[in-house]
Amino acid sequence: MKRIFFRNKFLPYLLIAPQMVVTIIFFLWPAGEAVLQSFQREDAFGLHTTWVGLANYRALFQDPAYIYSLQVTVVFTIGVTALALISALLLALAVDRTTKAGSTYTTLLVWPYAVAPAVVGVLWWFLFNPTIGLMPYLLSLVGYHWDHALKGDDAMILVIISAAWPQVSYNFLFFVAGLKSIPASMREAAAIDGAGPVKRFFTITLPLLSPTTFFLVVVNFVYAMFATFPVIDATTQGGPADATNILVYKVYQDGFVGLNLGSSAAQSVVLLAIVIVLTVIQFRFIERRIEY
Amino acid sequence: MAAITLEAVGKSYAGGVKVVHSIDLAIEDGEFVVLVGPSGCGKSTLLRMVAGLETVTEGQISIGGRMVNEVEPAERDIAMVFQNYALYPHMTVRQNLAYGLKNRKMAKDEITRRVDEAAQILEIGAFLDRKPRALSGGQRQRVAMGRAIVREPAAFLFDEPLSNLDAKLRVQMRGEIKQLQARLGTTSIYVTHDQLEAMTLAHRLVVLNGGRIEQVGTPLEVYRKPASTFVAAFIGSPAMNLLEARAEGGVAHVGGGRVPLEAAVSGTVTLGLRPEDVRPVDAGTDGAFVLKLAYVEELGAQKLVHGTVEGHKFACALPSDALLGDELHLVPEPGAAHGFDAQSGKRLG
Ligand SMILES: Nc1ncnc2c1ncn2[C@@H]1O[C@H](COP(=O)(O)OP(=O)(O)OP(=O)(O)O)[C@@H](O)[C@H]1O
Ligand SMILES: [Mg+2]
Repeated sequence: MKRIFFRNKFLPYLLIAPQMVVTIIFFLWPAGEAVLQSFQREDAFGLHTTWVGLANYRALFQDPAYIYSLQVTVVFTIGVTALALISALLLALAVDRTTKAGSTYTTLLVWPYAVAPAVVGVLWWFLFNPTIGLMPYLLSLVGYHWDHALKGDDAMILVIISAAWPQVSYNFLFFVAGLKSIPASMREAAAIDGAGPVKRFFTITLPLLSPTTFFLVVVNFVYAMFATFPVIDATTQGGPADATNILVYKVYQDGFVGLNLGSSAAQSVVLLAIVIVLTVIQFRFIERRIEY
Repeated sequence: MAAITLEAVGKSYAGGVKVVHSIDLAIEDGEFVVLVGPSGCGKSTLLRMVAGLETVTEGQISIGGRMVNEVEPAERDIAMVFQNYALYPHMTVRQNLAYGLKNRKMAKDEITRRVDEAAQILEIGAFLDRKPRALSGGQRQRVAMGRAIVREPAAFLFDEPLSNLDAKLRVQMRGEIKQLQARLGTTSIYVTHDQLEAMTLAHRLVVLNGGRIEQVGTPLEVYRKPASTFVAAFIGSPAMNLLEARAEGGVAHVGGGRVPLEAAVSGTVTLGLRPEDVRPVDAGTDGAFVLKLAYVEELGAQKLVHGTVEGHKFACALPSDALLGDELHLVPEPGAAHGFDAQSGKRLG
């Protein structure tokens, strides 16, 4: 790569200034506020704030509702990641096998990624609406009574599907590119070496895709934990009985609806810590790549 | 060990492009056959049809007396060495060699025995536990060969296995492949576009051109009696000189000289003379033709003199101490001239 040197010492700083301003105003400042608030308690009228040390955190981890939300988040995140990755991989494998309609098919599969998350939520909410939706009707034909407004498991399935759907497109593109980069002769050599299609997939294709897969697992984790707020808001709003109340949604509910700012801030800080850990893992990995 | 038979084998790709035309070829058990031809002539396609990686659209392929047109590659009892080696990058060398045996549910100690034996033959024992990434090109090449020989298959198929190596290593590996094949006695089909590799390795050469067989024969047969101007120009380095000439009663007249041909033909012919098959003589020698010099390439033991004979390009190989003027008077060695039909390019006589 070509390096460019600036004569003027201040020009480089000037050039990155807008980016830095945006980062400071919209990220560092609120994050700092959150960290401060997480150590404070505010009275009901917002007139007095008192320092309470780690009390908010202690309360948080002793609160069964928060622990439950953590569990819900784990189920939701793993569910979304697994569903989005597996469907994307199956679709990518299908594209890799066809030669003719491949590009049309790829284009169509990418479209869902362009749909706004809230719209995605509404879309699936309609499809699964117990009174007017198509899916409950189909499920009733096989004797299942679908009601995500009352049944926690149904609600969880609904939010997982809604949140995974747009992500499938994203993962799909990466998997298609990953599969393309495996030389055909590798699969041919394995075929001659007596490995059938299934064995070939598990012993050759999947290991060779592992860098792509690892990258996508991290990206999907981050997505499911932090970027799924609109989907939850448009479908279940965390219900029924907190069955789909994942951490990001709970932060919003406790803070803006429940006005418990101290606890909400502590929750934000916990989330922030999780993001940082995931980001570090990802950067480490991108620098070193997976060794095979 | 097995014989391989191709009967009227043809290949058309979707869209009706026909790239291999009705190939008949009988390869004997233990024979080393080299398919040679210019880029795009269908060598790889033909080999891949034998391997089962490409469907056969016409004719029949049999391996060891069994028709294999519809048989999966794994069931054909063949092993293939690819141009890019196609080693599995996530497996160690040992795992690479063992993969095909494991898939065939071979007993563990038998796998170990075979891998160790192959490693010893190919001298790759020192890096059995390395990944392919940590090997040089030549070492990778050996591992690819190792993966083929551990299987102890009925036939080896090679698709330009040496083309990614540097010139020196290529010559060395060429010799090793030849010795290995002689030692194991496994029927082999080897694809290359390098005529020297083809000449040195083959028991029998198959020269392909545009998806058709141009000539089949031992390297010497093909060298001494090329069946067409295509083969004549392709086999042998430096390439054979080809000139238009008028023939009368089996003697071609060119450049003021006379060149006797094998067949008693008259009319326009294409005359073929290898650069090493002419001898300089004194001016005025009966039957000598004249070469006008253009430039000289010193090759060490020899020099290659380039020029024109009656306006056609002509090269001749002379001893490095030969004296040169502006012109050379040349006569062909007895019986060295080749005559080809001027229209079809087929050999005369
Ligand atoms: N999938 C395909 N569809 C259509 N034509 C093809 C296809 N694969 C190969 N061909 C054509 O078939 C012909 C023979 O290809 P092949 O790979 O056998 O050549 P080759 O003799 O091995 O050449 P090289 O020495 O460059 O490897 C080429 O003209 C090529 O363009
Ligand atoms: Mg080829």
